[in-house]
Amino acid sequence: MNRSIPVNVVLALLPVGIALGAVAFDEPFFVTLATRMAILALAATGLNLALGLGGLVSFGHAAFFGIGGYAAGILATHALYMQPILTWPVEIGGTDSMPAIWLVAVVVAGLVALGTGAISLRTSGVYFIMITLAFAQMIYYFAISWPAYGGEDGLSVPTRAVFPGVNTATPMGFFAVCYGALLVGVTIFAILRASRFGAALQAARQNETRLAAVGIAPFRIKLVAFVLSAMLTAVAGALFADLNRFASPSMMSWQMSGELIVLIILGGTGRLFGPVAGAVLFVLIEHLLGGATERWQLFLGLILLGVVLFARGGMVGLLAGKPRHG
Amino acid sequence: MSSALLIEQLLNGLQFGVMLFLMAAGLTLIFGVMGLINLAHGSFYMIGAFACAAVAAWTGSFWLGLVASLAAAAAAGAIVEILVVRRLYERDHLDQVLATFALILIFSEGTRWLFGSFPLYLDIPPVLSGAIPLPGGAQYPLYRLAIIAAGILVAIGLYLLISWTRIGMRIRAGESDREMIGALGVDIGSLYTLVFALGAALAGLAGAMVGALQSVQVGMGEPVLILAFVVIVIGGIGSIKGALVGAVLVGLVDTLGRLLLPKLFAIAMGPSEGATVGAAVASMLIYIVMALILALRPQGLFPANT
Repeated sequence: MNRSIPVNVVLALLPVGIALGAVAFDEPFFVTLATRMAILALAATGLNLALGLGGLVSFGHAAFFGIGGYAAGILATHALYMQPILTWPVEIGGTDSMPAIWLVAVVVAGLVALGTGAISLRTSGVYFIMITLAFAQMIYYFAISWPAYGGEDGLSVPTRAVFPGVNTATPMGFFAVCYGALLVGVTIFAILRASRFGAALQAARQNETRLAAVGIAPFRIKLVAFVLSAMLTAVAGALFADLNRFASPSMMSWQMSGELIVLIILGGTGRLFGPVAGAVLFVLIEHLLGGATERWQLFLGLILLGVVLFARGGMVGLLAGKPRHG
Repeated sequence: MSSALLIEQLLNGLQFGVMLFLMAAGLTLIFGVMGLINLAHGSFYMIGAFACAAVAAWTGSFWLGLVASLAAAAAAGAIVEILVVRRLYERDHLDQVLATFALILIFSEGTRWLFGSFPLYLDIPPVLSGAIPLPGGAQYPLYRLAIIAAGILVAIGLYLLISWTRIGMRIRAGESDREMIGALGVDIGSLYTLVFALGAALAGLAGAMVGALQSVQVGMGEPVLILAFVVIVIGGIGSIKGALVGAVLVGLVDTLGRLLLPKLFAIAMGPSEGATVGAAVASMLIYIVMALILALRPQGLFPANT
């Protein structure tokens, strides 16, 4: 019996349920938690494209998350103070419109991913993990040592960006935008996974030599997946900066990269709603344990260790059974 | 810029490189023999520093602290290997990354629990305090020279251990064919524990020695860990010679880059803006060097096991 469809439906509706429940019980803080879940789930869905489907264990996706965050912060700051970002060769000003910010985030993250991916994908396995980590550190140190946009202090986002037709200043309005973005992200993931491209990407994970033997170059497939994956994560980063009204260099730290991988593994690698399950679980653990003890990271570590050693397949695997094919 | 400053910075770079070598040697050994990527290696560095600081504060002797740091890091390494890491050898790298990431959380939070959030301080032993004159009239701290010397001794010791002893022979055999040496009657399990504890002890030693230069605090290991990754990626994973060359290269490039780049950019762009841009580029320099080396030689400078 395939239980994955009902499990997916429940998982898809879980953030909405939490947000609506929060409104019903007049606990606006939980709307913020649900928004956080949706944003982290979107970021992890992006990473899942590279990691789950392509088997590319990127330990540097926080860089793209941070690029999205800084895109939101820098554009909003320039919009507020009416300063152009570039005056030559064309004048480019700031903006506080979400679609425009996302476009910038996607383009910048895509270009960075194209450059770093082209170098990183020359290697594989453990080299790839370390190199993506090193590139993310490089971007992190760049953000820290560049004083124009806050340096180590980070960059505050003066006003939350706006989305046409939605009042993003209210928690529910902003949640709706983030949840909508998550659904679009998950849909993109599902479409890509079912496409010829997705089949080639999964074949590249399972057996690169065979893929090459049927005439498809694995390098290009993987590079495209890496770039698309970075783009989705960057949109999540832009939303995250809008949520916190702050773009912090810690969004680019290696811990963030680790957390994104953790979200996927908690939920279930390569599963459509794995990142959603992982993000819901992670934010709940963070909130409940963080409320109960200052040492919550110790227990998070123990839980994580338990999942890796004994519960392979994550939460979706536990609830919905093994995937039909690896 | 005076030549004394340049010599001083060269020595600083060498000291930094030697410290990175102690970290990278353990990492590369563990990867080479067991095929394991160990993120928790930075935790052993931290454990070494804390053990040294605590024992030195308690007994008043830096040297006892140094012994304690080796013992504590090696013990932590052996325990971690037996309880957790042993189950990961057959797993893919993703599981290894996650499990050792979890270990970082556990070690960092556990250390904070034991020692609190405030940094500890470790004094340089009296014998090694003071400075010696450099050619050109400057002074250089004796302690940093001692770190360089200790690193060189460890490098020689590792070379002798691996090339000339029975244990070293087994380690090399384990790198090339683990099933065969198992079949020849070598107890692979305890060999792995030994290698892991040895790597952890080297990281602990590095942490203890650097602990006297900086403050000893939770989270001190991870920046060094990431640099050690850069080192072994440059040097070729699994190669100790590569780790040595890579470590010295990274140490020198980073230190000299931070000294020279702001000045170079200041000449090109004017003093204030040039210094800012130079500092930003200098902080990225080793990663740029790594990218260049990988673009030319994806397996690093000294690929092992090929």
